[in-house]
Amino acid sequence: MKKYASDWKVTENVRLHPNYCLLKLSLDTTIPEMLPGQFVQIRVDGSPTTFLRRPISINYVDRNKNELWLLIQLVGDGTKKLSELKPQQTVNLLYPLGNSFSLPETKHDKPLLIGGGVGVAPMLYLGSLLKSRGYLPTFLLGARSEKDLLLPEEFEKYGHVFITTEDGKSGEKGFVTHHSTLRENRYDFIYTCGPNPMMHAVAAYAKQAGIPCEVSLENLMACGIGACLCCVENTTEGHICVCTEGPVINIEKLKWQI
Amino acid sequence: MANLKVNIGNLSFKNPVMTASGTFGYGTEFLDFMDLSRIGGIFMKGTTATHREGNFYPRMAETPSGMLNAVGLQNKGVDYFISHIYPEIRKYDTNMMVNVSGSTIEEYISCAEKINELEDIPAIELNISCPNVKQGGMAFGTNCQSASQVVKAIRNVYRKTLTVKLSPNVTDITEIARTVEAEGADAVSLINTIVGMAIDVEKRRPVLSTVTGGLSGPCIKPIALRMVYQTYKSVKIPIIGMGGISNAKDAIEFILAGSTAIQIGTYNFLDPAISVKVADGINDYLDRHGFNSVQEIIGALDIDG
Ligand SMILES: Cc1cc2nc3c(=O)[nH]c(=O)nc-3n(C[C@H](O)[C@H](O)[C@H](O)COP(=O)(O)OP(=O)(O)OC[C@H]3O[C@@H](n4cnc5c(N)ncnc54)[C@H](O)[C@@H]3O)c2cc1C
Ligand SMILES: Cc1cc2nc3c(=O)[nH]c(=O)nc-3n(C[C@H](O)[C@H](O)[C@H](O)COP(=O)(O)O)c2cc1C
Ligand code: FES
Repeated sequence: MKKYASDWKVTENVRLHPNYCLLKLSLDTTIPEMLPGQFVQIRVDGSPTTFLRRPISINYVDRNKNELWLLIQLVGDGTKKLSELKPQQTVNLLYPLGNSFSLPETKHDKPLLIGGGVGVAPMLYLGSLLKSRGYLPTFLLGARSEKDLLLPEEFEKYGHVFITTEDGKSGEKGFVTHHSTLRENRYDFIYTCGPNPMMHAVAAYAKQAGIPCEVSLENLMACGIGACLCCVENTTEGHICVCTEGPVINIEKLKWQI
Repeated sequence: MANLKVNIGNLSFKNPVMTASGTFGYGTEFLDFMDLSRIGGIFMKGTTATHREGNFYPRMAETPSGMLNAVGLQNKGVDYFISHIYPEIRKYDTNMMVNVSGSTIEEYISCAEKINELEDIPAIELNISCPNVKQGGMAFGTNCQSASQVVKAIRNVYRKTLTVKLSPNVTDITEIARTVEAEGADAVSLINTIVGMAIDVEKRRPVLSTVTGGLSGPCIKPIALRMVYQTYKSVKIPIIGMGGISNAKDAIEFILAGSTAIQIGTYNFLDPAISVKVADGINDYLDRHGFNSVQEIIGALDIDG
C-alpha cells in the first residue's frame, strides 16, 4: 500500500474528558484507502521533548466529510500538545502505516472486538468496516469508570456494545475478561487492543477457548516505516517490526506466556 | 546550478548527501516518500556474516532532541542480503553501499569478501564503532592496534572503495583516523553514536534492555562537528561527516569543517524526504554565495576571519 507524507488541517478537536481528546483532521484531496488496525505517525513540533513522531491508531475515517479521526490519551508532552491543536492549524502525518486486522472466514462468524482504555481507538474503524461487509460485530469496552468510556454512542452505530468498568457504575463491574457475555455467547474471532495486561488476559482467554485472536501492539517506535528496527516484538518468527509486520499480530505468533 | 559532484576513493557521487546506516533500511522503505536517485548514496543497514536477532526490546528511548538506540545489528546475514535484497536494490540509481559489521576479524572478512563480488555495490563502510553489541564492534574502533588489524585484513580482501566508520567514544578520534588512513582506507565516516543511557524513574529501571545505548540526533551535532574539524586537520583522506544533521545549514557546517560528503541518520525518521531537501539546500547556498562547486567549500572554515 502506498504511503504518504502530508499536512492535514485540523477541523475539530474535542476534549472528551480531561485526559482524552478526539482530533479530527481533513485533507484537500480524497483520503486514500486506509485499513482498520493501521496507524499514522504524527509530527508534533520537533521541539526537544517531542522530537520523534508519535504513532496514533486510525480511530475512524469519515468518507462523507473526508475526515480522519484520532482518539488520543494525554500521557505526556506530545499528546498534550496534540490536544491543544486548534481548528485550521495543520499537522504533518505519515500514513497509512502498518498492517491491518484480518476478516473472519465467513459472514456467519461472530466477531468480538475488545478494547480497553484508549485501546478502543482502532476498534471503531474495524467495527464500522465489519458491519459494512455484512458481519455482526459485538463490542466489549473496558474503562476505569463511567467517565472514562470513550465514544460509546459511536460504537453503538455498528453493533451491540457491552461495557465493564472497574467501579461497576456502568455495565458490569470488573475487567473485560470477567464479562458474562464471554460465558453466555459464542464468538468466532476476537480482536483486542488496550493495556498490555488486558491484552494478555484476552489472549489467554481466546487461546483456552480455542478462538482465533488478533492483538494490536503499541511498541515504542522511532521511524514507523520499517527503517530503524526499534519497535520489534519477539515472535515465533524471531524479532519482527511492529510498525510494518504489525501492529496487528495473531496470538499464535506471539511468545507471550499465556 | 552549482556542481555538487564529489569523489571518494575511485567513486563519484552526484552530490555529497547520503543516508546513514541503520536509519534508512535498504532504501526501499523510503520509495514512497522520495526519489532515491536525487541523493549521492545510501548506506544500507549494518550487515554481518551471519543472521543476528539483535537485542531485546525495548531498544529505543527518546531524549531531548535525539534518541538512544540499542538495536544491536539485527539483520539476516550477508547471504540473505545477496540472495534476497541485492537483486532489488541494485536497480536503484544511486550508490548503494553496505555497512559491514561484525564481532571478529574473520566475520568482517567473510562479509566483505562476499560483498566484493557484487558488481553493483561500489563501496563498503566498515563499522568498527557499533556500541550495541557485546563483543567487537566498537572494541575495534576504540583502540589503534585492533583498528589497524581489522582495516588491514579488509583492505586485503576488499578492492573497491572503503570507508571506515569511527567511534566518538574515544579520547582522541584523530589517532584512530590516522591509523586507518595508514592501513589504506579511502575515507573515514564519523561519527557513530555516543554511548548514553536513560532511566525510568517510576520503575527504577534502565529504559533500554541493554542498559546503555547509542545517542544520535541533533543533540550530538556539536560534538560530531568538533570531531570532523579535528580529523580534517590530521588526515588527508576524505571525511564523510554525520551526527545530528537535520537541514542544509547543518550539512554545510559539516562541509565547512572538512567533510567531503555528509550522511543523514535520525532525521530521516522525522522527515523521510529530508535528504533530498538537504541536497537542494546545499545547491541554493552555493548559488547564493557565488560558488561554482561544492568542492570550493570543503574545509573552507575561516578561523581567523
Ligand atoms: C501503533 C501504535 C498506535 C497507537 N495508537 C494510539 C492511539 O490511538 N491513541 C493514543 O492515545 N495512543 C496511541 N499510541 C500510544 C502513543 O503513541 C503514545 O502514548 C504517545 O507516543 C506518547 O507521547 P507523549 O509525548 O504524550 O508521551 P511521552 O512523554 O513520550 O511518554 C509518556 C509516558 O508514556 C509512555 N509511553 C510512550 N509511548 C508509549 C507506548 N507506545 N506504549 C506504552 N507506553 C508509552 C512513556 O514511557 C512515558 O512513561 C499508539 C502507539 C502505537 C505504537
Ligand atoms: C536506530 C539506529 C540504528 C543504527 N544502526 C547503525 C548500523 O547498523 N551501523 C552503523 O554504522 N551505524 C548505525 N547507526 C548510527 C548512524 O548511522 C549514525 O552514525 C548516527 O546515528 C549519527 O547520525 P545522526 O545523528 O544523523 O543519526 C544507527 C543509528 C540509529 C539511530
Ligand atoms: S519503528 Fe522503526 S522499524 Fe518500526
